[in-house]
Order: sequence, then C-alpha cells, then structure tokens
Amino acid sequence: MTELKIALPLTDEIVEKLHAGDDVHLTGVIYTARDAAHRRMIEALEKSQPLPFDVRGQVIYYVGPTPPKPGQVIGSAGPTTAMRLDRYTPALLAAGLKGIIGKGGRGPAVRQTLQEHKAVYFIAVGGAGALLSRHIKKAEVVAYEDLGTEAIRRLVVENFPVIVCNDIYGADLLEQGKAQWRRTEVLQG
Amino acid sequence: MTSLREIDAGQIQQTVARLCQEAATLLPDDVLQALRKAREKEESPLARKVLDQILRNAELAGENLLPLCQDTGTAVVFLEIGQDVHLIGGDLHEAIRRGVGQGYTDGYLRASIAERPFSARINTKDNTPPVVHTEIVPGDKLHIKVLPKGGGCENMSRFTIMLPGEGKKGITDFVLRTVEESGGNPCPPVIVGVGIGGTAETAMLLAKKAITRRVGQPHVDAETAEFEQELLEKVNALGLGPQAVGGRTTALAVHIETYPTHITSLPVAVNLQCHSARLKEAVL
Repeated sequence: MTELKIALPLTDEIVEKLHAGDDVHLTGVIYTARDAAHRRMIEALEKSQPLPFDVRGQVIYYVGPTPPKPGQVIGSAGPTTAMRLDRYTPALLAAGLKGIIGKGGRGPAVRQTLQEHKAVYFIAVGGAGALLSRHIKKAEVVAYEDLGTEAIRRLVVENFPVIVCNDIYGADLLEQGKAQWRRTEVLQG
Repeated sequence: MTSLREIDAGQIQQTVARLCQEAATLLPDDVLQALRKAREKEESPLARKVLDQILRNAELAGENLLPLCQDTGTAVVFLEIGQDVHLIGGDLHEAIRRGVGQGYTDGYLRASIAERPFSARINTKDNTPPVVHTEIVPGDKLHIKVLPKGGGCENMSRFTIMLPGEGKKGITDFVLRTVEESGGNPCPPVIVGVGIGGTAETAMLLAKKAITRRVGQPHVDAETAEFEQELLEKVNALGLGPQAVGGRTTALAVHIETYPTHITSLPVAVNLQCHSARLKEAVL
C-alpha cells in the first residue's frame, strides 16, 4: 500500500504511477455525475453534441449530495454504487475521461476500457459522506440544474481520500483483497 | 371494560420528524461499538484505514449534525400499536407521511423517492411516501421505529424458496452467495438480515426486521443463535472486508428471524444493512 498525494487533472504520467490498493489523496477539480446526468451525456455524445464540460483528463465522482445547510459548501457527499453506471462508462472513457470515483466493483467491459484508455477507477469509502464533504472546498452546479441532487457539479477538493481499485495494468483491488483474506478452510468447514 | 389511551396524530407526526433527523445523523451506540471492536480485530492495513474513516465519519456527523451518508434512504417505519390505544386527531398514515416529509425537509436530508417507478420516475421532493409496517400488539403504547434504508444495500436483497430438505446447508450457501456477489455495493461491513419461513412476503419482512435488532444481540432461541454465529464466521471468511478492499470484517452481525412454514416450503430472504446502520425509536 503506497500513499500518494496527487494534483489534478490526471495525466498519463500520473496514472502510470498508480496501482490497485494505493491510498491516494486528490487535490484539484472533479465533477459529479450520477445516473440521470450520465444518460444525458451519452445522448449528447450520440448526437455529436458537446458535453457540458471537457472530460479530457478529468475525474467524475459518482455522488448525489444531501442539500447544504445554510453556510455549507455542500451536504454529505459520499460515493454511490459504480456498477449502475457501467453501461455509460466506456463511451466517456473513449472521450478522454481519465478517472472515476465510486464505490463497489466494475464489470469486465469497464475494466478493459480503463486499460485501453489509460484511466483509473478509485473507490472512496461509501457511507463516509460527512467526512468526505469536509474535503470539498467549493461546489457549483455547471449543468443539468433541473436534476437537483443529480445535477453536474464542479467541485474543488483538497486531499480527498480515495483508494485505487482498478489501475491501467488490469489489476483489481477487490479481487486481490478477496484472494489475500479469504479463509477457505472455514468456508469448507 | 379496559379504557383506551388516546394518542394524538400531531404528536406522532412530530415524533416521526424528530426520529428521521436523529437517525440520519447519530449512529446508534451498538453499531459504533461493533465497528470499534471490528477495528481492533482487523488485520488488513487497508481495511483498518477504511474502518478509521467510518468511525471518524460517525464522530463528525454526530458533532456537527450532518447526515452520516448522503443516501438518507427510504424511510421505513415500523409501528407496534397497542390494542388499547385510541388514535385521535387525524389519519395515522397521513401523520407518518407528514412527519417524514417534515423531518427530511427541515433536516436537509436527501429526497430519494421517485413516483411512477417504471416510467417517469419523478422525485417527490420530500422523501415521501414512507414504507410503513404496522403490527397490533397487547398494551396501550405506540412504539415507533424509523429505519432509513439506503439504496445500495437494499438493492442487494435476495429471496428464494428452497426445497425443505436443503435446510441449513442450503441457507448457508444462499447467504454466502448473496454477500459475495454484492461485493462492495452494500457498503460492508454489513449486518446480514435473514428471514426464514412463513410465505414469500413473510420471509422478506422477517429479514428486514432482523436488521432492526441491536447489533450482536443473539436470537433468544439457542439453535437460531448458534446458526447466526456459524453464518457470521463464514461470511467473514469470505475475505471481502470493509468496502470489499479485502479483510476480516465483512459483516458486523448476522441476525436471523424465523416463522413456521408450509410442509412443502422453505422460503429464505436476505436483507443487507450497510455499516451506517441507522435506526431510531420512540415509545408514545
């Protein structure tokens, strides 16, 4: 487990250094998007229309925050289940997206596309929304405001804690973890 | 003749509103203790880091009254209504619906409920309607439990009807398969609720009720309690660990609830609860 501090946006040089299981702190700009925003972005790509932000080199965070209380930058903001977005992810990676933050594993197609396009899937700790929100210093809606919690927001984050789940070399943290910690003798007993 | 005790719908509404807000921000002590114990026993360095974040999150949420998780869930409300209670001042279900709407709006909690579920999926904006389960019990009290249930873990629920002879072995395989296939999606370490028996809908409701038991409190029936321990040991032997990064702590507890069933049947339901096992209750 290597600990790394990374300044965004991501480049080939940065992602080449990242390996499944690395403990990473991200500082810079990331964008939020969930199911509804993904559907609209994919429609835009299919119609050859511009995306609401230039995805090249950028990181998308799968999050739908709680409403901010007065004076707060953002409400609680932890990751949502990534697998639901699997169907939309390859097209965005092909468009140049370089990193994703979510929770839980990815399907084989996404894992393969991450390798092909030299992009990384990070996990943040699901259910740690209060803690993660403290690393978000600015938040502004940049597209699809009508989607409410699912609108696309531009976030400025500082030392945002994530773990590399899928790296550009094809390694998968969830598979590695299970292989290392599984107790077959108990399961067969 | 027994006299009836009157409980006002307005009081129920206010209580439900308060419970929704408290549940979203304050992690119950039994869950915290189970997480701390897991942190002490965990061997994987990465899993320990994840558990540290989960514990720190609970502190921050409690101190600042922030939602523990951005998914403040479907408001699942369990009511035990004493048969000597007379409800006055309005419709019970309307009072609960209003209480949930008020609690989620005033508490800045996320509205996550969509109506027209198979088509337009329009957000109802105040997290209503809740899902309400009522039971009539002896006495003159009203017991209200609010369980905000996140989508990530609820989506991993599974149900099957086995052949009666499949017994413990079949149930064990089904529970292990359910937990393993769900991976990091339900936010492990989870509480595994298992409902066994009754008819199809009984089993799922039992599984849901099982996750409302205090974490680690064994079933009163010795045979069931023993099965809970066997299952917990096996679930943790899967090696998924917190957030499925690998480790010893995949589940904090396995809770089983049972009901007699038809001679041809063995219904089994699994309902997973995330580590942010939010639950608040009040007795009126």
